[in-house]
Amino acid sequence: MSRIHVTTTINGDATEFLCEAEATLLDVLRDELGLTGTKEGCGTGDCGACSVTVDGRLVCSCLMLGAEAEGREITTIEGMATGERLHPLQKKFIEMAALQCGICTPGILVAAKSLLERNPDPSEEEVRYWLAGNLCRCTGYDKIIRAVMETAADMRRAS
Amino acid sequence: MALDDSNKTRVFKVVGTRPDRPDGIDKVTGRARFGADMVAPGMLTGRILRSPHAHARILRIDASKAEALPGVKAVVTRADFGDVPDHVADIMENCMAGEKALYDGHAIAAVAAISPAVARQALRLIEVEYDVLPHVTDVDEAMKPDAPVLHEGRQQETVPPGMSQNVIARSEFGHGDIEAGLKQADRVLERTYRTAATHQGYIEPHACLATMSADGQGDLWVCTQGHYMVRNTCAAILGLEQGQLRVTASEIGGGFGGKTTVFLEPVALMLAKKSGRPVKMVMSRSEVLRATGPTSSTSIDVKIGMRKDGKITAAYAELRYQGGAWPGSPVNMGAMSGFAPYDLENVKTVGWDVVTNRPKAAAYRAPGAPMAAFAIESAIDELAKGFGLDPLAVRLMNGADEGTKSSYGPTYPAIGLKATLEAAHKHPHWTAPLGKNQGRGVACGFWFNFGGDTCVSLNVTPDGTVTVSEGNPDIGGSRASMTMMAAEELGIPYDQVRTIIADTGSLGQNEVTDGSRVTFAVGLATIEAARSAKREMCRRAAMIWGIDEQAVEWEDGAARPAGPNAGKFPPMTIKEIAAVASNTGGPIAGHHEVTAEGAGVSFATHMVDVEVDPDTGATKILRYTVFQDAGKAVHPSYVEGQFQGGAVQGIGWALNEEYIYGEDGILQNAGFLDYRIPVASDLPMIDTVILEIPNPGHPYGVRGVGETSIVPPLAAVANAVSEAAGVRMTQLPMSPPRVLAAIQAGG
Repeated sequence: MSRIHVTTTINGDATEFLCEAEATLLDVLRDELGLTGTKEGCGTGDCGACSVTVDGRLVCSCLMLGAEAEGREITTIEGMATGERLHPLQKKFIEMAALQCGICTPGILVAAKSLLERNPDPSEEEVRYWLAGNLCRCTGYDKIIRAVMETAADMRRAS
Repeated sequence: MALDDSNKTRVFKVVGTRPDRPDGIDKVTGRARFGADMVAPGMLTGRILRSPHAHARILRIDASKAEALPGVKAVVTRADFGDVPDHVADIMENCMAGEKALYDGHAIAAVAAISPAVARQALRLIEVEYDVLPHVTDVDEAMKPDAPVLHEGRQQETVPPGMSQNVIARSEFGHGDIEAGLKQADRVLERTYRTAATHQGYIEPHACLATMSADGQGDLWVCTQGHYMVRNTCAAILGLEQGQLRVTASEIGGGFGGKTTVFLEPVALMLAKKSGRPVKMVMSRSEVLRATGPTSSTSIDVKIGMRKDGKITAAYAELRYQGGAWPGSPVNMGAMSGFAPYDLENVKTVGWDVVTNRPKAAAYRAPGAPMAAFAIESAIDELAKGFGLDPLAVRLMNGADEGTKSSYGPTYPAIGLKATLEAAHKHPHWTAPLGKNQGRGVACGFWFNFGGDTCVSLNVTPDGTVTVSEGNPDIGGSRASMTMMAAEELGIPYDQVRTIIADTGSLGQNEVTDGSRVTFAVGLATIEAARSAKREMCRRAAMIWGIDEQAVEWEDGAARPAGPNAGKFPPMTIKEIAAVASNTGGPIAGHHEVTAEGAGVSFATHMVDVEVDPDTGATKILRYTVFQDAGKAVHPSYVEGQFQGGAVQGIGWALNEEYIYGEDGILQNAGFLDYRIPVASDLPMIDTVILEIPNPGHPYGVRGVGETSIVPPLAAVANAVSEAAGVRMTQLPMSPPRVLAAIQAGG
């Protein structure tokens, strides 16, 4: 079985990898590149734990082939903080206890960041519908929604 | 260890605050390592072949073609394990079928190969010849005398003759005289309720990485609620000495009881043993739903007599729980807990444990209790409303208190049920106006809570900072709670303490993270370990000062001379004592090993507003408030999180979630698209009110809070939906078609 050579950008770094034709982007990130911050909860696009952005668009990396990353810009949870400086969403999630077990947290943070880039002033309903594709079984979502809303307010004040 | 009297008035410095959790940065940056995130050099991929039949005799397994496939390094079937001790025999059978496949998804064989693709191909090459047998998946059907039988000879003597062999055990709890009590009632309500099986639904599938050497030493990395349990169970199954198997708990992506047993782990160890290579196994979501622990589906009869003033005169329930393919459904806990919120003269429950062709039930957050509460709290609500009475007032009138003899036997010490009811009654939610097609429901819930085997080791480093080693995976912030209790007791800042989860080689036996026990029991052991270290530091200071050690006390992170004759010495801080420890007797540590008792029972009252669309039967949750006794909230944000998370799992159970089996006995909805857990857009904020009625069994008054929160919501939502729809709902889930049919049938 011949493998496909892919040239892409991941979290700002030029990256090359070889992958099987059938390998998902999630498989490549986790198993080839060691970027295990992106999680697999279902493998069918229903839970959002594998959320990444591709050219700025939010996708489930389990529903995209690794080979399709050719020439794209991929951002994962590992690209969210800058050095030791956390993104405001990351900081707020810790402060407001918006995570319990933490398995859904990377996907939710990637999705929430993507929302705030499009809509810096979302209503509670907009946050809830944007995150409806990211399952969390621990929190009941209350503290997650509050953390996203409060981060948005902080970021608006700071800009 | 009893509640310190001084703590009734104590002003805590750290406990009760809301610091950042120590594992927070790892978990928001993707650095935290969960079960599937670990690798080892030379690692193989393990995969499991599963039964496509609900019930079948396994006539022959031929794995020769799979074994011959290039890249396959080991194939394992039940035969590789040989005889195992009785206490792990059912667990072994669940991990790998022997003579019969007992449910759709039951493990039949496993392979280890150099890649996932080769492993998948190898599974297709394993030939299994089945003799398909009749099956049964419904609890009431399984109890009928002519039902297909799963096991011969497992029925206990408690079961009357003439019943199906699927009925494993009968249990009975209560006191008083039901018939006499019913005669005093103005109305006797009899109803049958049914609940569907639901899954814990943790987002992280089961995963492990095993290595096994020829000399009998093994290492296992695993996502679990209890790595000591994993060690002990795997050692028994594989015939290893417990001390030779070291298990390390990964970060855990949710468990809710579902990770309190083993599924993959013994198989991964056997594959590693046969191949001589590390083997990693990760379940798919469909494997999680088909073959790991859901909870029971149930069928429950309730008979309650009430006077027109609201007084319950007799309370009876008969509970039938199917627990999947082996004995051990949580029916006893349902039968013990259902009437536990009430002070009843005449109460009796009967429980039936039944096996069916479904995956073996695993613990699910307050195992057995939510279904019993659904039935009983629905009946109490219907009676109260039938008399035109306030359902909260009726619960208060009948509510248990300190000194009440509980429905399951013990007499209660100080408890918080009435505090939750009173808080609910005076909360603005209770009197807020409702609109058209809207209804409000309330319900109470109870959970026992648990203590169990616990070890904590606390070490003072040479610079005077502190590390705490404990043996329970941190499933939702418990490292923060242990750090807080250690800091509180030592009188030092939170950031001077770091808590780690030690592997099985580093501490003695620890019970799994279950029974809402960790903040209570591990907290208690942490406090005792800190006290032991404080005593040692006082002794060192006394030695340095040349005074009696009884004349030294610990306050605000320092040893101080106490009493009139102790002499005048400036306080020695923990840092100063630690710095000279090598000259005063060596390193300083405290540790505590205990089978913790006095967990302190827990009560909650939930209140929910819903709107039911009369055209579709769809229910929208409008408002939700949880009132629960936490004893003492160590980290209030995480207490609120437990209240909110339990409530929302209960909402899912009430409205959406169910295992759907076809006529063929095959699970129809083994994925998150069709097994639909609540999503963010389904819900409002979940408001919480924390009550603090100190647990007499913990030095700070802490009670477990994790499980009680899932007990009331099934009934609270059902009571609200019944009011909104104008028809009493007695079956879960209250999915739109079911509610619509009930509305159209007019009750």
